[in-house]
Amino acid sequence: MDLEIAAGEFIAILGPSGCGKSTLLRMIARLAEPTAGRITIQPEEQFQTSFVFQDAHLLPWRTVLDNAALPLELMGVAREERYATARTALQQVSLYEAEDRYPAQLSGGMRMRVSLARALVAHPRLLLLDEPFAALDEITRFRLDTQLRDLWRTRGITVVFVTHSISEAAFLANRAVVLTKRGGGIKLDRSLDLPLERNDDLRMDPRLGHEMKLLLSAMEEE
Amino acid sequence: MRRLRSVIPALIPLLVVTAAAELAVRYGFVKSYLVPAPSSVLRAMIESRAELFGALLTTSVSALVGFLLSTVAGIAIAVFLSSSRAIQRAFYPYAVFFQTVPIIAIAPLLVIWFGYGTRTVVASAFVVSIFPVIANTLSGILSTEPALRDLFRLYGASTLVTLFKLRFPAALPQILTGLRVASGLAVIGAIVGEFIGGQGLGSVVDVARTQQRVDKVFAAVLLASVLGLALFGLINLVSYITLRRWHASEQ
Repeated sequence: MDLEIAAGEFIAILGPSGCGKSTLLRMIARLAEPTAGRITIQPEEQFQTSFVFQDAHLLPWRTVLDNAALPLELMGVAREERYATARTALQQVSLYEAEDRYPAQLSGGMRMRVSLARALVAHPRLLLLDEPFAALDEITRFRLDTQLRDLWRTRGITVVFVTHSISEAAFLANRAVVLTKRGGGIKLDRSLDLPLERNDDLRMDPRLGHEMKLLLSAMEEE
Repeated sequence: MRRLRSVIPALIPLLVVTAAAELAVRYGFVKSYLVPAPSSVLRAMIESRAELFGALLTTSVSALVGFLLSTVAGIAIAVFLSSSRAIQRAFYPYAVFFQTVPIIAIAPLLVIWFGYGTRTVVASAFVVSIFPVIANTLSGILSTEPALRDLFRLYGASTLVTLFKLRFPAALPQILTGLRVASGLAVIGAIVGEFIGGQGLGSVVDVARTQQRVDKVFAAVLLASVLGLALFGLINLVSYITLRRWHASEQ
């Protein structure tokens, strides 16, 4: 597999389950080592990467605010500053009023939003998401899709989004990559021909349907 | 009030059995030198109250000290064992082996090492109660979710920070389960130690037995159970306070 991701891109990686999407993501995050080949990041300077998992994976013994502030705490940021940053991030995912609650008191969608806020507080330049909204109901997912897209536009970060949902990939990304079933190969690498501004109107747009059709046929052919 | 009412069903068998025992002894179905009437147990408890409550206090202190020692040492050992797979393979079998040694058999050995008195009793309580702490803490620490470990790594958390901010809190429900088991065992260990090392409720039981005072034996046994229950209740209280906000077991 040969894949180049430019800074500032919003790329979706699609593929059937078991094809190695998650492994690829963990390798990009340097959480796993490739058994063969290599991953280079240019320029080689250190920068922050954030990861959003399939489930929210919050610390249940911490409040929403302390969960969102966790990355900064681990990075050694002073209390005042990290709470201020965490509050801003919670506001961005419209969860400001829930900061004193515990994860057990939140709905699945709210937990995922805390997880998203937690990924944002560290001001990552690279945001990796591993099927983050797969377990949510469609309406919540639509809302989070739009929020994520807005965050990408305002913050100018690089986003790699792994999913098995064709509609989600087409709606969110600027570029979609379909992996082969056995992994290790790329079936399709396409820049999506869709407007920069994405909102719910686009979900019914024939242009989105056209892109979805292309992705679907790439996933189906073997 | 609801809590109070939930206790009532458990009180009924107690009353029935107590009344039945009283009647059985009074009407001669059971010999009073085998099973004392509940009323004479109560009388023995009142008559020997100074001796019994002094013994209860002694046993409580020993059991509590032994229990606290096994809490601290057990958690420390579990952390050490969790540090690497190789260390676990090398040492964990011995921890398991340690647990299979019958306390009653090594109690005389403890007397030889620590002499008659409190130190032997504490050692005995410690030895029998440490294993569940080790086993539960270890399994709690090792079952931290991999995704959360990844998260801590991603933000450059050190091993120590990960231990205190992630592994410990995540393992807390299991640690408390270990402590619950250990609290009961510590009381048993203390009583066994007292049989051989003297002092406390264990010694009262032993002496009353040689004097054929079954009523006093029962009174002492009853107090020992109360001690075990109190310790158990204490752990439950700690568990409620620390877990109520986030763990399903306390909600």
